[in-house]
Amino acid sequence: MKMQAKSLRQYAAFLMVRAVFLFTSFILLLITGFLLLKGAKVLSFDFIFKMPENSMTAGGIFPAILGTFYLVVMSIIFSAIPGIACAIYLNEYGPKGWISTMIRTSINNLSGVPSIVFGLFGLAVFVKKLGFGVSILSGSLTLSIVILPVIISSTREALMAIPQSMREASMALGATKWETVWNIILPQATPSILTAIIIGIGRAAGETAPILFTAAVFYSKELPRSIFSEVMALPYHIYALVTEGTAPQSQIPIAYGASIVLLFLVIIISLSAIYIRQKHRSAYAKIGH
Amino acid sequence: MLRLDTNKNKPDFSSTEIRDPLNRVHIDVSQQPKIRVRNLDFYYDENQTLKKINMDIYEKKVTAIIGPSGCGKSTFIRILNRMSDFAASSKVRGEISLERRDIFDPEFSPVELRKRVGMVFQKPNPFPKSIFENIAYGLRINGVKNSHEIEQRAVKSLKRAALYEEVKDRLKESALSLSGGQQQRLCIARCIAIEPEVILFDEPCASLDPISTAKIEELILELKKYYTIVIVTHNMQQALRVSDYTAFFLMGELIEFNETKKVFENPSDKRTEDYITGRFG
Ligand SMILES: Nc1ncnc2c1ncn2[C@@H]1O[C@H](COP(=O)(O)OP(=O)(O)O)[C@@H](O)[C@H]1O
Ligand SMILES: [Mg+2]
Repeated sequence: MKMQAKSLRQYAAFLMVRAVFLFTSFILLLITGFLLLKGAKVLSFDFIFKMPENSMTAGGIFPAILGTFYLVVMSIIFSAIPGIACAIYLNEYGPKGWISTMIRTSINNLSGVPSIVFGLFGLAVFVKKLGFGVSILSGSLTLSIVILPVIISSTREALMAIPQSMREASMALGATKWETVWNIILPQATPSILTAIIIGIGRAAGETAPILFTAAVFYSKELPRSIFSEVMALPYHIYALVTEGTAPQSQIPIAYGASIVLLFLVIIISLSAIYIRQKHRSAYAKIGH
Repeated sequence: MLRLDTNKNKPDFSSTEIRDPLNRVHIDVSQQPKIRVRNLDFYYDENQTLKKINMDIYEKKVTAIIGPSGCGKSTFIRILNRMSDFAASSKVRGEISLERRDIFDPEFSPVELRKRVGMVFQKPNPFPKSIFENIAYGLRINGVKNSHEIEQRAVKSLKRAALYEEVKDRLKESALSLSGGQQQRLCIARCIAIEPEVILFDEPCASLDPISTAKIEELILELKKYYTIVIVTHNMQQALRVSDYTAFFLMGELIEFNETKKVFENPSDKRTEDYITGRFG
């Protein structure tokens, strides 16, 4: 019967979706499990909080953790504010029609540019031209360009999803455009903007190419002192240990250990953003503000 | 919104004369109108949506705008508080004055205009904030800083919108938890809190049940004491019940404008008669 065929198709579709979900979760578990298997033995309090020793065949990875943390935080600051401002301009003030389409297309294309290209750009502009040298500043500025398109397009989508009736309601009360954006539009878009920032954090923490020439060093004796210091960073540290290590037996496990730390660092930073988002959401849903 | 009038033929508000040989558009020249509309043309791109509209809106009276869908009713009232500014590539020609002041005058900012000419929309559109905050927001952006005063005026406007008794114990709850009818009354409260002179209603009952509709109609009759009201409605009975004047629009033209009683009992135009007796539209 027709009805039966339909429910059968429905069932097949459901099975397929579930299979894909299980497969994806499996791969994720596999990667985490693999990392833990290879690197768990080096994990310890000292591994996280100590400096590397013996040409990085022993000791901890603290400077790399700290370096990545600085790079992530600063690149988010450098990209979130201009990114959100840019999205607001494009969506609320900007020209409609072909100009807007062109800008949107260029932003989307920007996110398709290989990150090594941004690395070279950062080297030419921030390191050399502006004279920031190989430093946290140069590296985080370069990273911020990498994540800027994500922030702009996600924020813009969040703004576009807010019904026109909200803007009209506010403007009809005699609000200016800016009052409307600030008091009505942005609060409603905040959860989505935070999601974009979370994605940006993951990206900034994991990228190697953009910091390769702009911020990261293989080894540094001391912790960074200012934004003009060069830093060790986790992804580059892993890369360097695996490709340029002199004592693979002891260094490869350290690379796996560092990978686990990187994974959890991203998870922790993301969780805090998710926590803020959740808090904001429930505040909004329950009592408004 | 682009204004097509050149500087040379600047609006001249001394002219009251309207060419209307059949006297279908009856303008009471003895009254000083709150809003005066003269020779108003409006275009979306190249499509002319309003054609040579001439009418007056009298103070502390209810003016109903009726007509079939798409005849330009919403377009018309959205020009009165310049919400039409947001329609891309729209053009306007003609004169509209609020108490003899040209509303298109570059020195008369639309923000200022909208503080004096408020609007209630077809679909209730409260902000996803608390009931109280929905009203407080409008007050704050209009420069009321004192929290005591904000509270007082919020309560007053909720009372005036006949909503206070229903929500007084839950002012901190989300406005979205209210029923559709309550949301619409909240939107009315939000609008009157900033004490406009004119309130524009665009089919305020279109999405409401009969009981909520009756409440809003009752409310409009009450609000008439304080405000000048323009209401777009699809419902002939509603126009008859709440309005003092009625304007009948058809395909962008104002076919007839007169006292409501006259329009309904003795329309001057055949098309008006056909419409109100339900023969089309
Ligand atoms: N923003 C807009 N852009 C282009 N055309 C529009 C827009 N809004 C309305 N129109 C057109 O203008 C005409 C009048 O619309 P409207 O004023 O909404 O009619 P009503 O409120 O009487 O139903 C319709 O033909 C409609 O399609
Ligand atoms: Mg309409």
